[in-house]
Amino acid sequence: MPEQPYEPEGAIAGTGMGGAMDLGASEAVTLEGTPGGGPGQGPAGRPRSLWSDAWRDLRRNPVFLLSALVICFLVLISLWPSLIAPGSPLSCDLARSQDGPAPGAPFGYDGQGCNVYTRTVHGARTSVTVGLCATLGVALLGSVLGGLAGYFGGVWDALLSRLTDIFFAIPVVLGGLVLLSMVTSTTVWPVVGFMVLLGWPQISRIARGSVITVKQNDYVQAARALGASDTRILLRHIAPNAVAPVIVVATIALGTYIALEATLSYLGVGLRPPSVSWGIDISAASPFIRNAPHALLWPSGALAVTVLAFIMLGDAVRDALDPKLR
Amino acid sequence: MLLEVRDLRVEFRTRDGIARAVDGVGYAVDAGETLAVLGESGSGKSVTAQAVMGILDTPPGRITGGRVLFQGRDLLTLKERERRRIRGAQMAMIFQDALSALNPVLTVGDQLGEMFVVHRGMSRKDARARAVELMERVRIPAAAQRVRDHPHQFSGGMRQRIMIAMALALRPALVIADEPTTALDVTVQAQVMDLLAELRREYRMGLILITHDLGVVADVADRIAVMYAGRIVESAPVRDLYRAPAHPYTRGLLDSVPRLDRKGRELYAIKGMPPNLMRVPPGCSFHPRCPMAQDVCRTDEPPLYEVPGGRASACHFWRECLRG
Amino acid sequence: MAEPILEVTGLVKHYPLTRGVLLRGQTGAVKAVDGVDFTLGRGETLGLVGESGCGKSTVARLLCHLERPTAGTIRFKGEDITALSGRALKAVRRAVQMVFQDPYTSLNPRMTVGDIVGEPYEIHPEAAPKGDRRRRVRELLDVVGLDPEYAGRYPHQFSGGQRQRVGIARALALRPEIVVADEPVSALDVSVQAQVVNLLARLQAEFGLSYVFIAHDLSVVRHISDRVGVMYLGRIVESGPADAIYDHPTHPYTQALLSAVPVPDPGARDRRERIILSGDVPSPAAVPSGCRFRTRCWKARERCAREVPELAVPAVFRDAGGPAAHPSACHFAEERPALPSGEPGNGNGPG
Repeated sequence: MPEQPYEPEGAIAGTGMGGAMDLGASEAVTLEGTPGGGPGQGPAGRPRSLWSDAWRDLRRNPVFLLSALVICFLVLISLWPSLIAPGSPLSCDLARSQDGPAPGAPFGYDGQGCNVYTRTVHGARTSVTVGLCATLGVALLGSVLGGLAGYFGGVWDALLSRLTDIFFAIPVVLGGLVLLSMVTSTTVWPVVGFMVLLGWPQISRIARGSVITVKQNDYVQAARALGASDTRILLRHIAPNAVAPVIVVATIALGTYIALEATLSYLGVGLRPPSVSWGIDISAASPFIRNAPHALLWPSGALAVTVLAFIMLGDAVRDALDPKLR
Repeated sequence: MLLEVRDLRVEFRTRDGIARAVDGVGYAVDAGETLAVLGESGSGKSVTAQAVMGILDTPPGRITGGRVLFQGRDLLTLKERERRRIRGAQMAMIFQDALSALNPVLTVGDQLGEMFVVHRGMSRKDARARAVELMERVRIPAAAQRVRDHPHQFSGGMRQRIMIAMALALRPALVIADEPTTALDVTVQAQVMDLLAELRREYRMGLILITHDLGVVADVADRIAVMYAGRIVESAPVRDLYRAPAHPYTRGLLDSVPRLDRKGRELYAIKGMPPNLMRVPPGCSFHPRCPMAQDVCRTDEPPLYEVPGGRASACHFWRECLRG
Repeated sequence: MAEPILEVTGLVKHYPLTRGVLLRGQTGAVKAVDGVDFTLGRGETLGLVGESGCGKSTVARLLCHLERPTAGTIRFKGEDITALSGRALKAVRRAVQMVFQDPYTSLNPRMTVGDIVGEPYEIHPEAAPKGDRRRRVRELLDVVGLDPEYAGRYPHQFSGGQRQRVGIARALALRPEIVVADEPVSALDVSVQAQVVNLLARLQAEFGLSYVFIAHDLSVVRHISDRVGVMYLGRIVESGPADAIYDHPTHPYTQALLSAVPVPDPGARDRRERIILSGDVPSPAAVPSGCRFRTRCWKARERCAREVPELAVPAVFRDAGGPAAHPSACHFAEERPALPSGEPGNGNGPG
């Protein structure tokens, strides 16, 4: 057995293999298939997974960095709005109705004489809460139902498919007007619940398709041949490999839920005063668009930037998790 | 000489660095000749062909040097418009996966006829008639009816015949077949290879057959070029190479194939595996796997030595290797 | 033959073709496996060859209980294991393991190689005490020729050949008695193929394994198999010792198959007598009547459309004995020398 003087860096070389050497154990990691097409090989051969690869891509992506910065700021001010807007969004002074910018009120005052700056900052909390909670609920419900249907197939799958078709047929805004006008709560929960109710079919379809694709892989068959239980196969083999598309779609959907909350609040069936929401403010300011455009401009701008930030984040995550889609 | 590739170099930029997929490759094909380019995955055999055809994806690929002389003209210096005129009409390519190489939404008749409409300016009706002729020529039963079928309605072997018909439609001088039968069953593979050989003789085409299958090469090729890690390591007339290889990699490949007509106890196995193209070993790129490697192999890259009998070998010890 | 460890009789797997979503109506069936019998002896290798769609992979899945057969029985050491479920099935699974074709999809990309090879012990905790598992995983990696130090790495950091070794290590973890290998080397490069074939042969000797080796590559099957079954459209058409099948084939399909394999010897080009079959394999949803090979067979006569030929030693050879006297499902079975050029029986099928 000749010595191997050359050992490529980052290769998985068979050191200390003894008698197994002649079996070609000293194989180096090579570029598989056509160059550039293979999976990335770590320069130092350290363990690398989809997530660390994705993270490496994300860190270099300016779109991601910008949207992440905006989102971090949003989360920060929804946790502690008084950090930058010390006053209460509910203390309004009718005497200042539709006034322009003033010290302590850089965005001016709205028709009720409320400080637009304070209300815009405090409105972030509603949007972020609704967006996050609705997305979380939708992702959980959708991926569990869709995943199980995809895995077990058969009658349950057929039933779920019909059920999602039915839900897809419900017009979102009309459904919201009908359902939400029946509740009187002023919290965000009815709105979140409504979004989860109408949103899960979208995720369940994605999760179902993803699970069906993953299910066909030989490693799932291998686990079955070993005698693994369904729970084990689902949690250990299928879920980690099927979750990426769900995350991507959920991230992009987050932005649209925020926009939907504003829409419903604008229509008067989402959040209701005295809750603070950009939708409510936009609704309240729209009759006075000629006299006080600033009262409309700031909450609308904040809404647009927020929605855009989440959608851009979703795009960046998708690119990082699935480079083939680009 | 119909086609002559000289010192071709292709690089790929990847996230982890630059891979030299083709690193100074040269070969030549004459009219009526079959050249087999043999290599394992990642050896650069397909990339070379893509560069010759002008269908290399750039980026990530980049041709960094060399010449591709087709009927005396260097294709690499031509404008894309001129190359397009040559491609399809004077040189054509047959791919491994006929299903993805054919357009699924067009009928095979339309796709075959397209060649005549675009390159020969024929009318749709004449082109359709020529398509039926072609399908009959590659022995597709009931061609006149099946011309209106879509690719997915054909079996794998029939699709590969349609690909061949398409490649040969305009009677090109050169055909490059990239693993044309790898996806087919043995009995169908034999049909398709026979057809290809017959048409090559009839049209006096040059054929470059890219494959990893030593059996297919032995059946049809005149000359053979063996590639390893982006370089040609040996080239020779096919009979001479199988009788006495002049490179240890070729010898190893020949010995490691299980034979139908022979039964052995243990197969010879080349140890290790092909190198990462981003970290090709210094000296001879095969030396870490070579049973004959000496010190000089670790430091000096062997040139392509001329070997008597119109052969070449990139091994410092080709004489010893020839002797066996 | 050695003492039988696996006996398969009348194995059938039909996939119903249905129409409709909730109220399904059956419109036909894909006869993937349509009556397969064979016996595997302890310590021997049975090779199953055939072209795509012949049902050989479905047989593998049935043997490993990844699918339930439509009919037929599978006996393991004399015990009927066809309809087992629950705990009894789990116990049998320990004894019958599978090696898959594609080294890229057969390993979970989110698990380390050590976790993949160790998973059998988590599913069958009784197979190895908890403290012992790490050591066993390292041993297994070493046995298949991988450095145990790399147990912490992910599959994508390995080459195709190395991944196939990981798959083999996983199959060996529970010390099975039978390994079903479905095209284990066909996705690998030529130079790596030989390494894995040699590894499988060495492991068989070391652990006394019995193999069902499924492949479309006739050369590899000859190299590794003691006995061979040739499959066509869901049935075995010829079976017997490897030498008898390869040197004295009597079924026209086997003869055509063998003659079509390219031999890496340019000198044989002109000497070889090749049978080029016409047409393609019929769809398993529309199997021809009588002999299923008759649509491509140059010997087919009227009787072939009427009578299904049984897989048995043909009467012509029954008394003479010798290597040609092995089961062959053909009404007109006869020897036809494969390599030396005999009579020019190079014909095309009736179309």
